[in-house]
Amino acid sequence: MLKIDNLYVNYGMIEALHGISIEIKEKEIVALIGSNGAGKTTTLHTISGLIRPTKGHIYLNDQDLTKIKADKIVKLGLAQVPERRRVFAEQTVEENLILGAYTRSDRNAVKEDMEKVFTSFPRLKERRNQLSGTLSGGEQQMLAIGRSLMAKPKILLLDEPSMGLSPLLVKEIFRIIKEINQSGTTILLVEQNAKLALAIADRAYVLETGKIALSGTGQELLASEAVKKAYLGG
Amino acid sequence: MKKAIYFKKMTITLSGAFIAFVFLSILIKYGIINRYYTGILISFGINVILAVSLNVTTGFLGQLTLGHAGFMAVGAYCAAFISKNLVGLPDVVCFMIALTGGGLMAMLIGALVCLPTLRLKGDYLAIITLAFGEVIKNILLNLSFLGGANGYIGIPRFTDFGWTFWLAVITVLATLSLMRSRFGRVITSIRDDEIASEATGIAISRFKLLAFIFAAFFAGIAGGLYAHYMSIIEPRVFDIDKSIEILVMVVLGGMGNVPGCIIAAGVLTILPEFLRGVDNLRMLLYAIALIVIMLCKYNPNFNRLIHRWRNKLKGADRT
Repeated sequence: MLKIDNLYVNYGMIEALHGISIEIKEKEIVALIGSNGAGKTTTLHTISGLIRPTKGHIYLNDQDLTKIKADKIVKLGLAQVPERRRVFAEQTVEENLILGAYTRSDRNAVKEDMEKVFTSFPRLKERRNQLSGTLSGGEQQMLAIGRSLMAKPKILLLDEPSMGLSPLLVKEIFRIIKEINQSGTTILLVEQNAKLALAIADRAYVLETGKIALSGTGQELLASEAVKKAYLGG
Repeated sequence: MKKAIYFKKMTITLSGAFIAFVFLSILIKYGIINRYYTGILISFGINVILAVSLNVTTGFLGQLTLGHAGFMAVGAYCAAFISKNLVGLPDVVCFMIALTGGGLMAMLIGALVCLPTLRLKGDYLAIITLAFGEVIKNILLNLSFLGGANGYIGIPRFTDFGWTFWLAVITVLATLSLMRSRFGRVITSIRDDEIASEATGIAISRFKLLAFIFAAFFAGIAGGLYAHYMSIIEPRVFDIDKSIEILVMVVLGGMGNVPGCIIAAGVLTILPEFLRGVDNLRMLLYAIALIVIMLCKYNPNFNRLIHRWRNKLKGADRT
């Protein structure tokens, strides 16, 4: 479904990604793990068109995303939940969700989808008229995920959904990610919390200073000595 | 449901504006409000248009711009040029064409400034717009067919209280309804988080451009009103001081707060006039007043006091 082919990205003179290749098949959960500064977020931003690569291609069902503008990419069915939540703080929960469906014109279906989001996140329903900047961290993360679902994506990119959340909430968020996947959405999950990410991922890639160091099924990597040493604490 | 409330609010606002208009017009007609005070009212109206339109780019879109007086200058000169060269038409038609022309010209210039600066943010955008304002001023200083440094004279005095009042009302209502629409939500989301809006599929460049030219258009209209009120305009009026003055109104009134902007425009128009009595100390007192207002505005104790008063008033209304 999504194929990243030999991708190079530069920030000015500094090369952040040195030719990475990743493939995601339909209905999979693929995790991309790695430590700080490995290039995880850069990879995601390049996929969704916020950054342009210097070399390489990204194909979404045979369409080359590197030549398409960010706002058009969302229309093709690729949505991103940005890192650190990034909700629109001065707008209400409901307005945030409506903005998530910005690219769609089918108003009734949008309403239905909003109800669906509210069923998966009852907390958001309770707070639908509250300014989203006043939500707790966990609720904001739920809102960010809910907002990206409103675009009805075929593939969803999540950037560190566990960041800054309590272990209990992280578990809840991961359960929801699994649920979203089971309802037919392909997922690319970027995480530092390797243990949890690998546990729900079908396959995973380990990114190390801009290169893919390892790849395999989630279980394989969980068992791998190298991953254990680097990310799981021995 | 929401729409019904919205229309109700609109009707209340409009009828309120109408009543205020009739009341003030009568007072002006019978000379209870003399020419001096009418002049202040007109400046107030022009400042409302300027502050509310700047609020769209600075308050709602969150981009600091320091060249609003530049757009005003473009509108003023263009409108004056049109009305001076368009003879043989009834005054009302001529003025309408002049104002629209001035607004559109400011809009065009706004687009020209905005296009190359779309990627800039914060300080950089402020610097560019600041430079733009100065460039406009210097171009006007050197255009002899527009009077150059001597000023452009002999502009017909079309602006009166009615024109200013209704144009200010139109600006306010246009801004309010635009900000309630999808467009408003989109540009507020750009202010809240650019990356998230882009990731949501919003073409941010296009919306930034639209917000810019919207603001520029109304600044141009305000310029046209100003030119036809003063009947003589000179480039010096539209310098950085004017831009800052408008910005102060926006900051004082509250970013993204339209009613606040109107009040701030009122206070900042009347305050310097009110201080005329103390002549030498005028600008000093003005500066001190501004500082005190700003300090109070962000003082939690003061805000609590205001809230308590407001609640008391509301309570009194209900009973």
